[in-house]
Amino acid sequence: MLTVNHVYKTFNKGTINEKKALCGLNLRLEQGEFVTVIGGNGAGKSTLLNMIAGVYPIDNGLIEIDGVNISRKPEHRRAQYIGRVFQDPMRGTAAGMEIEENLALAYRRGGKRTLRWGVTKKERELYREKLKILNLGLEERMHSKVGLLSGGQRQALTLLMATLIEPKLLLLDEHTAALDPKTARTVLELTEKIIREKSLTALMVTHNMKDAIRLGNRLIMMHEGRIIYDVAGEEKKQLHVSDLLAKFEEASGGEFANDRMILS
Amino acid sequence: MSGILLAMQGAVSQGVLWGIMVLGVYITYKILDIADLTVDGSFALGGCVCAILVVEKGMDPLLALMVATLAGMVAGAVTGMLHTLFDIPAILAGILTQIGLWSVNLRIMGKSNIPLLKVDTIFSRIVDILGVKQSAVSLVIGILIAVLIIVFLYWLFGTEIGSALRATGNNEDMIRALGVNTKMTKLLALTISNGLVGLSGGLVCQSQKYADIGMGTGAIVIGLAAIVIGEVLMGRLKSFGSKLSSAVTGCVVYFLIRAIVLQLGMDANDMKLLSAVIVALALCIPVAIGKWRIWKSYSEEDPTC
Repeated sequence: MLTVNHVYKTFNKGTINEKKALCGLNLRLEQGEFVTVIGGNGAGKSTLLNMIAGVYPIDNGLIEIDGVNISRKPEHRRAQYIGRVFQDPMRGTAAGMEIEENLALAYRRGGKRTLRWGVTKKERELYREKLKILNLGLEERMHSKVGLLSGGQRQALTLLMATLIEPKLLLLDEHTAALDPKTARTVLELTEKIIREKSLTALMVTHNMKDAIRLGNRLIMMHEGRIIYDVAGEEKKQLHVSDLLAKFEEASGGEFANDRMILS
Repeated sequence: MSGILLAMQGAVSQGVLWGIMVLGVYITYKILDIADLTVDGSFALGGCVCAILVVEKGMDPLLALMVATLAGMVAGAVTGMLHTLFDIPAILAGILTQIGLWSVNLRIMGKSNIPLLKVDTIFSRIVDILGVKQSAVSLVIGILIAVLIIVFLYWLFGTEIGSALRATGNNEDMIRALGVNTKMTKLLALTISNGLVGLSGGLVCQSQKYADIGMGTGAIVIGLAAIVIGEVLMGRLKSFGSKLSSAVTGCVVYFLIRAIVLQLGMDANDMKLLSAVIVALALCIPVAIGKWRIWKSYSEEDPTC
């Protein structure tokens, strides 16, 4: 489904701030795999997702989705294959536009935008049904500006928008990190439900190791722009947080034990 | 007293014709969230193109307006390309086009101003047919065109492309992730915007019966002032159509204020300072009030939650 082959990315090349973000990264995802991605700060998790989404061009390597080479396609062209939810709840929705309008924008992801009316009556019913799934009462507020919603509501809406048209690949970049624990749990449950029901292929970056073990059917750990640990199936289910920490200490020589990781 | 009334009547029709320029500024400033300084140049460009075509080439004045619109669109597209293809900040891209247009406009006209005294304009034609006063005709035609454009913009920004345009101004990251080429939407918005500005320049040129190299100077400030005044007067109206109408209304009010202060004996050259002060105040006051409120609301006491 997704092939990432020998991908390199260095930021600020040739300057004092040079940062090797991805170093010959290889990753293959099969259809329906739900992969959690963990790693310390600067390990390249977000960079990996951004490279797949086309936010920045890659330096070397190949990225394919369903056999289509997207390595040099611009971000907006890759959008037809990819649904995304960002860490910042503000980034995934247009605050000054109505809930309905936001959904209508998402409903046209990957399609051609024409001079036809932006929201049709038929769609409205669809949106109402979809919003009910969120269980937040948003179906009664379809004409409210998204800016009036809370961070959690916005993130739930973004998740719905990203999957409104079934994406070949769903990219979740620490999408619950900016939410309070309770809201984060709700959004995570919703994520799980949507991915399961549509059997989506997904990559989810998280800082929470318990979530990384509990969710999905495969886990990868990144360090210094490489995947250092890749585990799936039964073996993954048997994992404990302590195993992951040990694994990381081994790879990084102890520097991984930052407080954010331990607390989660 | 009749002098003031006459001046006010003229100001209203002038305000409506300039109001079309304000609609253009509204697209970039309010919808796209860009202050596009091309406007000063593209407004004069519209006027110059219109004048030279009508006077020198004997072109039909209505057709000349369309060419003026096209010329404005090209100017907007130049700014758009500088901004989107070469990542030049929008303000700088606008300034570059604006400065360049000064020379272009002089080249087009061959001199610094052209009178349209002996030729037909769309206004003089109707005056000839109906035998009514020129100022009344400019007002009616101005309102008619403004209404048509507001209807057009209302439709455009309701379409799929228009929604993508609004989303570009609202959250660029998001709409790109949803598959919209934001370079194209910005380019399109700048092109349409400056098309309207060029049209307005052409209309003003035909109405005042001359084109002048300096006619666009400060147009962007007038545009911003008009939008701000419109918001103050009609800020409670939330629908898109009424926001557009309030921008045009704001422009009429701007020209009324101008007519009054000129009648009161203010030097016409001081008007630009007054416009700048109006815009600056309108932008400063909400910020100052907000800061003052925060300052005021502080107390050492324990609040009751």
